[in-house]
Amino acid sequence: MGSRASTLLREEEIEEIKKETGFSHSQITRLYSRFTSLDKGENGTLSREDFQRIPELAINPLGDRIINAFFPEGEDQVNFRGFMRTLAHFRPIEDNEKNKNAAPSEPLNSRTNKLLFAFRLYDLDRDDKISRDELLQVLRMMVGVNISDEQLGSIADRTIQEADTNGDNSISFNEFMKVLEKVDVEQKMSIRFLH
Amino acid sequence: MEDLWSVAVGLLQLWMFVVVFFIMLPAMFGLSLGVTGVYIQILVKILEWATIRIQRGRLEQPNVPIPIYLQTLCELRRSRAIEGGEFALSDALYFFKKGLESIADDEVTQRFSSEELASWNLLTRTNLNFQYISLRLTIIWGLGVFVRYCILFPLRLTLALIGLSWLVVGLTIIGFLRGWLSELVHLTCYRICARALSATIHYHNKENKPQRGGICVANHTTPIDIVILANDGCYAMVGQIHGGLMGIIQRAMVRSCPHVWFERSEMKDRHAVTSRLRAHVAAKTKLPILIFPEGTCINNTSVMMFKKGSFEIGGTINPVAIKYDPRFGDAFWNSSKYNMLSYLLRTMTSWAIVVNVWYLPPMTIEDGEDAASFANRVKSAIASQGGLLDLAW
Repeated sequence: MGSRASTLLREEEIEEIKKETGFSHSQITRLYSRFTSLDKGENGTLSREDFQRIPELAINPLGDRIINAFFPEGEDQVNFRGFMRTLAHFRPIEDNEKNKNAAPSEPLNSRTNKLLFAFRLYDLDRDDKISRDELLQVLRMMVGVNISDEQLGSIADRTIQEADTNGDNSISFNEFMKVLEKVDVEQKMSIRFLH
Repeated sequence: MEDLWSVAVGLLQLWMFVVVFFIMLPAMFGLSLGVTGVYIQILVKILEWATIRIQRGRLEQPNVPIPIYLQTLCELRRSRAIEGGEFALSDALYFFKKGLESIADDEVTQRFSSEELASWNLLTRTNLNFQYISLRLTIIWGLGVFVRYCILFPLRLTLALIGLSWLVVGLTIIGFLRGWLSELVHLTCYRICARALSATIHYHNKENKPQRGGICVANHTTPIDIVILANDGCYAMVGQIHGGLMGIIQRAMVRSCPHVWFERSEMKDRHAVTSRLRAHVAAKTKLPILIFPEGTCINNTSVMMFKKGSFEIGGTINPVAIKYDPRFGDAFWNSSKYNMLSYLLRTMTSWAIVVNVWYLPPMTIEDGEDAASFANRVKSAIASQGGLLDLAW
């Protein structure tokens, strides 16, 4: 682990990742050693199987969705930059204060971007709307086999009814944000990384 | 009406009598009536019985693995204010977060949550995967709740209030006198506070106790560490000046022994900090400094990277290993989850805090060794003594 891994990551790359994601130098090196330990094929990229090997992720009901989020449209491999970019969404928000040279545009871990990330985890076909089917899929993954289709259907209908304001029977990103207005997204979607 | 009043007064008097004579006075003189020892032994027997029952219960029940997410789903419903408790869009956030955590997870992020117990210790807060097994177990648990909240907790609260107020008042008065009297006051207050937190402390290798002019270094799990160590000797604390209640206590402490308190702005200036600490150590008559080089609270299963600043001061380092017994109560302060007050409440309503303190022989920096490797050497010594994992980070 340790020193061997960090020599494979060049300083310029670390600086670029720092600017883009806001992670600190030590966080980046540590996550790089995590990346290499997951990369069993040792080719500098991770495939879906590499993720599925993580036991806690395998039993997570939404594990597949999460793994999907790492891979850009149509691709099967993710490199370290992409890995960090996805993880950056879960950086705690207050860390932004300490990062003086944050990107001029909105940081990856802002509340809006966190919500956008969550929205995309629901919205499988990426048409910027959570349809009834997509919602049903996530529901089915979360509750398993104990609930009947009709019950699940009515839960989905109720959720859409509560959220949908423009009557198109699906949830847009703005409606999604409205529903989660009162939720402490900053806390629910942040992981504590060590400094 | 008057009868009721006199009964109440009588009870209060009895209560204070018990508190003062059976707990405070022995505590002040460092004696023990042995009640705690017996209590701990009974508790161990009950917990062992409970463990056997749980294991037997698991074997008897049909092997239906209850998926963890169903339980967490139930918890999510309980914690939400929405009526009816059905699905909400925010439920999924929990799983997203857990998933990302397991991806980023390495040895480090694990250390910031409480240790999982191999077997349930009859406290609801540690009940992760344990379901209903038998009526007897539930009764014992109910009894435990009653004992902890209605008997032990008021007792500990009274002690804590007495201890804290005595600390502030006593130190302010004694501040005008110096020497061993102020040390005695310090020790007394800390002992009362320790009893208030129901701490049972076992000290090992007392011959290695830090002497004046030395630096004491220990692993950090909770702010209670200070109380635990100060029960056996006086230390000079290093830290930031806080406002409020903590600030009052800190100012009272400064009047009697020279502690090293910093303003928040000074803490950023490492040179200022180091030179003040050096000055303190150089004056060999001052109390040993107590430093926690990890810099933050860790969950007591491992020791994390020591910040090398404390090891650049020079002088003798006296390492101390602190290990809490997780069966009786979770001492780890998860500062992102609980604030100080709720943490103290949880501590005072757990069974007990049983802690082992090992004093290690003093170490000094060797020729040609830099501060970072010296810090690592000390860290490994503490980790191996305390039975903790020595992490590379």
